[in-house]
Formats: sequence, structure tokens, C-alpha cells
Amino acid sequence: MAYSEKVIDHYENPRNVGTLDKDDPNVGTGLVGAPACGDVMRLQLKINDDGVIEDAKFKTFGCGSAIASSSLVTEWVKGKTVESALAISNKDVARELALPPVKIHCSVLAEDAIKAAIADFKRKREARAAKTTG
Amino acid sequence: MKLPIYLDNHATTPLDPRVLEAMQPYLTTEFGNAASRNHVFGWKAEAAVEKARKQIAELIGASDKEIVFTSGATESDNLAIKGVLEFYRSKGDHVITVKTEHKAVLDTCKRLERQRADTVEDYRRLRLSELAGTPLRPEQVADYAKKFDLEKDEVFQRWMQFIPSGARVTYLGVKPDGRIDLDELRNAITDRTVLVSVMLANNEIGVIQPVKEIGQICREKGVLFHCDAVQGVGKIPFNVEEAKVDLASISAHKMYGPKGVGALYVRRKPRVRIAPLIDGGGHERGMRSGTLNVAAIVGFGKAAEIARQEMEEEAARTLRLREKLRSYIQQNLDMTVVNGSLEHRLPGNLNISFSYVEGEALMMAIKDVAVSSGSACTSASLEPSYVLRALGVEEDMAHSSIRFGIGRFNTEEEIDYVARLIVEKVKKLREMSPLYEMAKEGIDLKSVAWVAH
Repeated sequence: MAYSEKVIDHYENPRNVGTLDKDDPNVGTGLVGAPACGDVMRLQLKINDDGVIEDAKFKTFGCGSAIASSSLVTEWVKGKTVESALAISNKDVARELALPPVKIHCSVLAEDAIKAAIADFKRKREARAAKTTG
Repeated sequence: MKLPIYLDNHATTPLDPRVLEAMQPYLTTEFGNAASRNHVFGWKAEAAVEKARKQIAELIGASDKEIVFTSGATESDNLAIKGVLEFYRSKGDHVITVKTEHKAVLDTCKRLERQRADTVEDYRRLRLSELAGTPLRPEQVADYAKKFDLEKDEVFQRWMQFIPSGARVTYLGVKPDGRIDLDELRNAITDRTVLVSVMLANNEIGVIQPVKEIGQICREKGVLFHCDAVQGVGKIPFNVEEAKVDLASISAHKMYGPKGVGALYVRRKPRVRIAPLIDGGGHERGMRSGTLNVAAIVGFGKAAEIARQEMEEEAARTLRLREKLRSYIQQNLDMTVVNGSLEHRLPGNLNISFSYVEGEALMMAIKDVAVSSGSACTSASLEPSYVLRALGVEEDMAHSSIRFGIGRFNTEEEIDYVARLIVEKVKKLREMSPLYEMAKEGIDLKSVAWVAH
């Protein structure tokens, strides 16, 4: 299968590979996929008190398209508010990377990772709010 | 050293220049049809084909009269299995094969099972129609089956004794090392078994089956033994007498010959009969009609001759290179697993899983090296390798597997380059892998509630 230039670029020069402190209250961690399916994506977002994504890091076990999809979304979400990050859809990712039909699930995983990371962040926030009020 | 490097010699092998040289006249001046009996063009072509037949027979310890040329090993496998089943139908309808066989064998067996199921369904409708006293449409069968219990119907049960098409198939499992359990084979043979089909060496993991023992069991039990010998012939010693093989499939392009030509060995003493798949001019003693592909057959013969002469030396050389590659990888990387027996394995094969790294991503990282992977991402089916799954390899490890196939034209310099490259790229991908990080932190990945998608 031939990969698009953008997939190859992200794969060879992945942006924002790494780990944020998962115990930091401002960090939301999303872990999606399954080893048995051949892809697992972990996306971590550092979100400030204004709801803006200050930093994003990923690690991905998966094919080149999965790695490229996660690398791309880390670039996209940085500087965005939580709301606009949630508006990123898998179709945007698939279009940008020119993914063939068999690789669409990689872009779905990337969208799921954003949603999971933000959900984790919100959960932490609510837990903390509950603690302070209680 | 030139890039890209070809390390996928199980998929196909490059044409040996000596083979090309032997073929050339038959692509130009010597263009005759080997079946033309009345002029010199035909005679020359026929002589060339007969020489090749001898060269191939000699490689596997057969007589030239036992070689039937085909379009390739897929056709040979089809011809052997379907041909035997059709010819020996009065003797039985049961086939035994193995879960790790090539798709040419497995899909042939699947079709035979489907044919049998369709015929049983036709009989069921026919018998129910008789009992109902009126012809039934297919959609009425379920209703009438409730009314009349065919399990207790003597006539129907008698019909079931002889289904005139298809076959019943037993798929033997393999041990974790990829080899079959001989007792399991022995126990699977029934008085309705006509054929056992087990490969010589596996195309993914290179594991060699105990064909001599299998041949002995088949001979004792009076069933025919077909061996898909494609990956092994020319690489390791294979003798149809020693292995007591009745039918064997071979392919030219897996041993530095041209694509588009293969052969089926069909034993003459005691005589094995097969029904043809292709009817026509009665070529190949009626077992495979169609004008012979003379140039390719000449190349096949030359490839077989070279293989026979150089096998010992070549096997030792490829084994040394394989072990060099394997030991470098395993000394420099943790958490790698060789899939299948290392002892009973083709000299040029290395199938290895790199934990926490996905196979296709690794292939992309080494794009100047041609290998193959058991990862689902590289197949059309989106399922990881069924061969590795049959060995009991976990799905994630199947996704992480790479198959190296070292061949005649690989150099030590290439192997050194690939070994270093693999180690470097696996390390890089692991730095990117959340699973590797989790494993290093001591998290049991099996305890994580993954959301499959």
C-alpha cells in the first residue's frame, strides 16, 4: 500500500511524542484501542483554567497511519479550546492525511482519543470540585 | 550494497541468471509446441520439456513419469485434493489437513465442505418433499423438518452414507512449535479418510513438519498423502520415497525459477489416480490439459538442477546468515519472540515478534528492506496471521511479527545492515509505544480493560 506524503512525514517526524504527568490535575489522558486489534493510542492534553489546550503529547502502538493520525491531532489541538478540540472529527483527519478506506479506523481512533482525554480531564475537574465544595 | 534489499524470499525468489539463460532460446527461436508430433519445432520443444521433467524428478527422488506440469503450486494443490476426492469417491470422502496450511489447500478444503453441505441440503429437501408428497421450495424446508424427523428417517440416513460431492474435512491443530501431533493425526484417520494433506515447510514460520512419520502413518492406514512441498523443495532434502508421499506440489518461482509454472508429483508405484481439473487436449497423460509453457518449464528444470547441486552449501550459508540476524536482534533488543520451532525450520526463515511494536509500522520504518508481517494491517482480511494464531500466539504478538526470508542472493553485508536497522527502528518505535511504557512501569497489559473496536 502506498502512503500519502503527509502520512510519511508525520510517521518519520512525529510531532509531540511523549508523556505528561497523568496525576497533574490539568492533564487529561485518553487511552483508546486495544493491543489485540493492533492499535492503541494514548493522547494526553494539558488544559489550563481558561479551557485552552496548552500542550499535547501522544504515544501510539499501531501502523504508520495510526501514528500519523495521532501526531496530526496533537498539532491540531494545541492552542484550541476544549470545545473546538471536541469539534475535530475523524473525517477531518482522514481527509488531511488522505487515508484509504482500510485506514479510516485510525482516524476514528484519533477522534476517540481527543474525546477520551477531555472526558478524563473533566472527570478530574469534577472530582476536585466535589472535594472542595464537600 | 544496493537498496532496496530483498528479504521476502518466501513470497517469491528472483530468477537465477543461469535459469534465464537456459530459458532464452525457448522464448525466441525454439518456440515450438511440445505437443506437435510431426516436425522438428515440436520435437525440440518436447525434448526440452522432457529434460526439465527429469531434472525436477531427480530433485525429489521421483521418476520423470510422475511429474505433471501445472500453472503453479496453487493449481497443484487444487488438482491433488479435488482430483483425489473425485477419483476415490467410492472409497471415502474424508480429508485431513492442518490449520497452518497454505490457503491454496485450506480454501480448496473449504469449498469441498461447502459443496457437501449444499448437497446434503438438496437431499434434505428432496426427502422432505417425498414425505410431504409435494415438491418443497427451499424456504419451506425448515417448517417440514419440524414435522418429519430426518434423524430417524432410515431412507435419509442411508442417503447420508454416500454424498456424491464435496468432502468432510478435519483441520488438525499444531503444537506451540508449529508441528502437528502425530497421535492426533493417527486418531483422526477413519475408514472414510482418503487423503491427508500436510505441508513440508510453512510459508510464514518456516516450520518443517515430520513428513516421514506422516507418510509412514498414511501408508500403514492405507490413505493417500499429499504434501504441499513448495517452501521446502530446493531448500532442504525432500525425497518422495523416504517420505512415502503420494502427491507433492512444487513451484518454480520459490526456487529461483520463473513464475507461472509448477508441478504435481503423482506416484506411479503403487499407482495414484486423480481426476483432472482441466479437460482438453489430453496433455500430461490426461491429468492436465493445455499447451505446455515450454520456456518456463525449461527454467523450472534448470532451477531444480541448480537447487539439487547447491542445496547443501546454500542451506549452510543461509542458516548462518539467519542465525547472525537472529542473534544480533535478540542480543540487542529485549522482549522479542521467535515464532515456531527454531530447530525444525527452513534455514532462511526468521519469523519474530517485537513486543509492543506494530508490524506494519516497523515495515514502514525499514522501507528499503522488503519483508512481510503477520499484522492484520498488511492483509486484506484485517485479521492477524491465522498461522501464528494456530500456534497460540496472542493477537497483539501476531500484530508485532515480521517474517524475514533469506535467500540465495542475500549477502552478509545486507544482513548486517538489516540487523542494525531493525534494532534501531524497534527502539525508536518502542519509545513511541504506550504499551512499552506501560510494560516498563510494570503494568500487566492483560489487566487493562481495553475497548476493542
